[in-house]
Amino acid sequence: MTTEYTKPLPIPGGMYGATRGDFTQPFWEATKRHELVIQRCRTHDGFFFYPRELCPVCLSSDLEWAPVSGRGRVHAFTIVYQPNDPRFNDDAPYVYAAIQLDEGARIISNVIDIPPHDVTVDMPVVAVFEDVTPEWTLVKFRPA
Amino acid sequence: MTMRGAAAIVGFAEMPTRRTYEGRTAMGLMAEASRDAMADARIRKEEIDGLIVEGGDFYPAAIGEYMGLNPNFVTGVSTMGASGATATSVAAMAIHSGLANNVLVTLSAPRETGMPWGSPPSPGMRTEFENPYGPAVAANTGYGLMYSRHMHEYGTTQEQLANIAVNQRYNALENENAVFRGQPLTVEDVLNSRYINYPIRLLESVMPCAGGAAIILTSADRADSFPNRPVYLLGAGIACDPLTGWARERLTRSVVTRSAPIALQMAGYGPSDIQFAQFYDCYTILHAVCLEDAGLVPKGEIGPFFAATDTTYKGSFPINTDGGQLSCGQPGDAGGFRHVVEATRQIMGRAGVRQVERNDLCMVNG
Ligand SMILES: [Zn+2]
Repeated sequence: MTTEYTKPLPIPGGMYGATRGDFTQPFWEATKRHELVIQRCRTHDGFFFYPRELCPVCLSSDLEWAPVSGRGRVHAFTIVYQPNDPRFNDDAPYVYAAIQLDEGARIISNVIDIPPHDVTVDMPVVAVFEDVTPEWTLVKFRPA
Repeated sequence: MTMRGAAAIVGFAEMPTRRTYEGRTAMGLMAEASRDAMADARIRKEEIDGLIVEGGDFYPAAIGEYMGLNPNFVTGVSTMGASGATATSVAAMAIHSGLANNVLVTLSAPRETGMPWGSPPSPGMRTEFENPYGPAVAANTGYGLMYSRHMHEYGTTQEQLANIAVNQRYNALENENAVFRGQPLTVEDVLNSRYINYPIRLLESVMPCAGGAAIILTSADRADSFPNRPVYLLGAGIACDPLTGWARERLTRSVVTRSAPIALQMAGYGPSDIQFAQFYDCYTILHAVCLEDAGLVPKGEIGPFFAATDTTYKGSFPINTDGGQLSCGQPGDAGGFRHVVEATRQIMGRAGVRQVERNDLCMVNG
């Protein structure tokens, strides 16, 4: 890449914590390999997102990072014309969407490679990976 | 025994909502509104023995200290936009349980010109999994998702929901406390306003503002000794959903599906008994969903309802008779308090030109 990536990179940390939340590291290590992994609770046998130290369904600590297909559907979306962070201004309008993964968890991301107003609820999508810096790879979605 | 009818609002005061109160502080606005509410109830400061505030921005004790109050019961509720309605309910709980006799509830927000919305997030889920993807400004993102999903599930249109902003603007035209007083609005105006984030348009969103209000509650056995018509709290429900909109199981359902039935059961009334409503309205879509979830409109039929119903103060079912937050402006977490204040004003019969005829039973959503 010739131009520097100027938009916000992921800043890990517990929901209300101020320290680095290293437990999410497997997620970002996987995106660098262009794989999507989501936490799975072994106790009740289900996926969940965003990452937590305990399962939000049954409070079990018996968790693993499990690969998922990256396939899902647009559960709901919004087209951002006025970003909260001005570093996104040049991208607007763009699609910010909740993606319901086939495995059951819901993840938040962008839907790309489609004119924003052509996106529809329930549209099938698949994960794509953007190596935005040598250290960070974001997972986004495009029409399947 | 529930707290049905155990406490009543006997005085109120509202600082006019304005774009800014330059040079004023949150404490100062709360103190002024509180002083005026005490005067309205004709109660002395020394008689106030309970204080309930928003609690997230300031310790409740600091607010008491600012006004020279030494209450026996004090707490903050920290339920964001719902803080006003929550605090009012907690005040009734405190009176019902014998912790206090005369409770002051006050909330405010100052705002400097050009002040950005919110504060930078501390590291956490939002900075790690949301911000790299560029959420929309303010709280818009979650409501944009709710809106697109509601359109998909129920065929709701933006033209239908534009009536929410239009009807409320009519109600605000002669409200001296409203930022948009004297500025009529049409459905075309709403539909021609720019997108903040599709489907949400500028005129379907609140304007960040400054303001504040205060109310005084007392016990039922003392309520009749005050000069104003007492406004009894007959039922309340305080329920909670995931803070993160996209993490909610059903995006088109609000927490009102759980809070409203608790309140109605306590009050002993059904949705069809309600004469008028004051409902939270940071965005048209949330207002719409909450009205459905309270049972006032069948689920999924809010679009046709607003296309066919006059919800102005002159109409068959008045809603947000002061113009709501959409036309008055939103002073931060104090914004939702206006729904309690306007319900009080109407039931006391002091709403002037916008006074509703049937003013005995109101449902308030924070
Ligand atoms: Zn579990």
